[in-house]
Amino acid sequence: MKQQGQFGVYIHWPFCLAKCPYCDFNSHVREGIDHDLWRDAYLRSIDHYASLVPARQVESIYFGGGTPSLMVPETVEAIIDRIQQKWQVSNDIEITLEANPTSVEAEKFRAFREAGINRVSLGVQALNNSDLKFLGRQHNVKEALKAIDIARENFYRYSFDLIYARPKQTLKDWQEELERAVTYTNGHLSLYQLTIERGTQFYQDYAQKKFVVPGEELAADFYNLTQDVLEAHNLPAYEVSNHARAGDESRHNLIYWHYGDYVGIGPGAHGRLTMEDNKFATREHRSPEIWLERVAEQGSGVHPFEGVPPEDRFVEALMMGLRLRDGVSLLALEREAGQNWQDFIDEDHVNQAAKEGWLVHQDDCLRLTHEGLLRLNAMVPYLLRERRAQPAVVAA
Amino acid sequence: MSKPLEHIRNFAIIAHIDHGKSTLADRLIQTCGGLEAREMTEQVLDNMELEQERGITIKAQTVRLTYKAKDGIEYQLNLMDTPGHVDFSYEVSRSLASCEGSLLVVDSTQGVEAQTLANVYQAIDNNHDIVPVINKIDLPAADIEAAKKEVEDVIGLDASEAIPCSGKTGEGIDDLLEAIITKLPPPKGDTEAPTKALLVDSWYDSYLGVVILVRVIDGTLKKGQKIRFMNTGATRDIDRVGIFTPKHVMLDELGPGEMGFITAGIKEISDTQVGDTITDEKYQCETALTGFKPSVPMVFCSFYPIDNGEYEKLKDSLSRLALNDASLHFEAESSQALGMGFRCGFLGLLHMEIIQERLAREFDLDLIPTAPSVVYQIYDMKGGMTELYNPVDMPDPTHIEHIEEPWIKATILTPDEFLGGLLTLCEERRGSQIELTYAGARAMLVYRLPLNEVVFDFYDRLKSISKGYASFDYELDGYAENDLIKLDIRVNDEPVDALAMIVHRSQAERRGRHLCERLKDLIPRQMFKIAIQAAIGGKIIARENVSAMRKDVTAKCYGGDITRKKKLLEKQKKGKKKMRQYGNVEIPQSAFIAALKMGDEK
Repeated sequence: MKQQGQFGVYIHWPFCLAKCPYCDFNSHVREGIDHDLWRDAYLRSIDHYASLVPARQVESIYFGGGTPSLMVPETVEAIIDRIQQKWQVSNDIEITLEANPTSVEAEKFRAFREAGINRVSLGVQALNNSDLKFLGRQHNVKEALKAIDIARENFYRYSFDLIYARPKQTLKDWQEELERAVTYTNGHLSLYQLTIERGTQFYQDYAQKKFVVPGEELAADFYNLTQDVLEAHNLPAYEVSNHARAGDESRHNLIYWHYGDYVGIGPGAHGRLTMEDNKFATREHRSPEIWLERVAEQGSGVHPFEGVPPEDRFVEALMMGLRLRDGVSLLALEREAGQNWQDFIDEDHVNQAAKEGWLVHQDDCLRLTHEGLLRLNAMVPYLLRERRAQPAVVAA
Repeated sequence: MSKPLEHIRNFAIIAHIDHGKSTLADRLIQTCGGLEAREMTEQVLDNMELEQERGITIKAQTVRLTYKAKDGIEYQLNLMDTPGHVDFSYEVSRSLASCEGSLLVVDSTQGVEAQTLANVYQAIDNNHDIVPVINKIDLPAADIEAAKKEVEDVIGLDASEAIPCSGKTGEGIDDLLEAIITKLPPPKGDTEAPTKALLVDSWYDSYLGVVILVRVIDGTLKKGQKIRFMNTGATRDIDRVGIFTPKHVMLDELGPGEMGFITAGIKEISDTQVGDTITDEKYQCETALTGFKPSVPMVFCSFYPIDNGEYEKLKDSLSRLALNDASLHFEAESSQALGMGFRCGFLGLLHMEIIQERLAREFDLDLIPTAPSVVYQIYDMKGGMTELYNPVDMPDPTHIEHIEEPWIKATILTPDEFLGGLLTLCEERRGSQIELTYAGARAMLVYRLPLNEVVFDFYDRLKSISKGYASFDYELDGYAENDLIKLDIRVNDEPVDALAMIVHRSQAERRGRHLCERLKDLIPRQMFKIAIQAAIGGKIIARENVSAMRKDVTAKCYGGDITRKKKLLEKQKKGKKKMRQYGNVEIPQSAFIAALKMGDEK
């Protein structure tokens, strides 16, 4: 069980060259981005948060998006420098940048390394060209593999993403693709089942029956196959969709799943901050233009902080923690809520779920089995007792 | 001074839904200057939002018109707008009893329909003179001659002098007004005799309190007069006397033959008895008028609030509706599947639907209605009889000697081409044919049917088989013994009380199988397997399984997703309020509702 109380910084770069049809993240396509203006806005935002939560040690910085590999390396460098000025940082800080595996962006990897990045996460998504086209990606397989090579040359740690359970994909197709993908890994791989999210192009296309995705049964087979292949290669899932060799897990993402604190900077970025024992949810303005304007006017583009009441803290921590192979510490949950876990969790249901082989309750740890993880979305409400409504607390 | 009797005409309008009755009434009101053109909203007599929207009349209305006839005399016309539907035939009978004549409105594009038939026979029973009116002649499809012929062939009335008109354009309205005064008789009555008036209807008005609609037979009703209700024995002082034009207009008195309203400081309509005779406290009339039989609910179903917290609100809302609807009956009941609710009795299916819609619309209640049922008569071994209002209360079969169910005599009018389908439908529903006759290209079918087969989804099926062209009406036709059993639906071995039903043994397996199959499709997969069974007593006659959920997990959940995922979870938890526990699974009420809503067809 990882120790609680970690702290990370998330930087959101909201721009992409094109919007992918499956993506529901806050990304925008814009011409003529003023990089100096954006750099200054990030730096001012860092100052703002540093004054609110000064005495923390940064374990991780994560550049996400959008497509942060479209940032100029100077901006990345300035941001990393400013974070190091404002906060104490740990010796083995992880600094990740999400990148698209196009040739243009791969050429910038060296400059990003020099700016301070020590890990990249590549959005490869598929290892066949027709599926890449379907997914609206800008690269082809050859380019992606080349980008992985360049990543390997520049960074000790890198990861890449693949999306599976695509329309028409067979289990055999996926197995072959996965076996091939494993040969390109260096200890970390994110494998996401294609999800049709509201507000995306795919959502409309799917509603209009332009394509079909695997149903529940086949989806379960896909998931199981994925686990089998990756386990055989010593890359077990440490989270629902994330696989790593022991010790190569994404430290940044573990902060989320351990329900640690993180600052979220940039349009639409979310954060969770503990201040004097109170937990606050932060959320920045989604529109890039409004965000810039707010930072210029007020030093930050964040909405008023929202208090997270104890029950919500418990539920959020449980919901995130159960995604992990190692499960969630009931003691940690009790610390979050300041109450006994039995106040929120139905012990009978825990026992019933254990009897069904869905979870293991050992010492102070609640851990889902493979079968339990497969049903996670139903497990969480099943385990929770009926809750009373809590009024939201708004901080000044 | 009240009007001389010979210058008064009291008439009702009889028509099938959508045959333009209310529009015609609007036009009569406008022509007689009851309302300025700018005051005319469509269908001014249908006050309720629901009445206007669905084009039906639920409550009877009366309006006084002043008509200057061609003979130079100013006539007082009292128009009674009556409900057209069979469920409200009780209201119709009251309306008819207070008039001497009727206009029979037939849509020139549709011809005579089943409901028209029932109402026109009631008018004939009330010794009404009837003026046939062929309406909607402005429409391109109008066929005046065919409509007249149907009036003669189907109803048997002389239609040679029927008035063609259009409520929409006003064409023929003058002829119609003349026909009313020349063809319909004036009322009879005696100004000098002791006061005798018929209590036609009463309703609660938030400004005036209980308003009583009256038809004066003899004598007068005056402001300040002390009156006696002969049946209930109550005495009151009249505080207001008035008429509707359709605006409220206060008068000093109402004389013989006239219609209008009075208020007498009454707070609740339950204190007034429809059909009662009103007389003067000091100078009482000798004999009371023949009253009306109280209406008896025929169709029962239960309403449950989807949110159990709304139980009290449902209770208040039902009480409010009952204020103006003496035929609505309700009683608290609780269901394991659906929580706390009310068993309600209605005059018929439309009445049920209207109450349900008013509860949703006027009181913003989200309700689950159970399948409609009828009143069964259960005879025990000792020869005693109890009435069964709810299938759940069915006693153990070993205690039952026999069960009787209510039957109806149904009249269906249909274009010839749909006859085959409708005959099959009636046969499927255990009907026996009484009569099959033709009027032009239409067939008139008379069937004896068990009411419980009709309350289910008969009307929907009739409409779908006939593409909406067939019309249907029914009257009750006694009780008869049959092989009726209680069919239970069980989920994970627990009976779902809301789905219990009483069916004929021959229908049990088919109905049970359909319900199980339907529930299988409606119940979402859960973490545990769900067994659905249909059973008669201990015997399982159909079963289905909903297999356990295999996979439901969000692929991506990072720092930016927590708030959204938590909200989703809250929604899920909130949805759980609408779930009911069966063994180790929770089943959304929506599944039961959908099962209850769907007809018998797959």
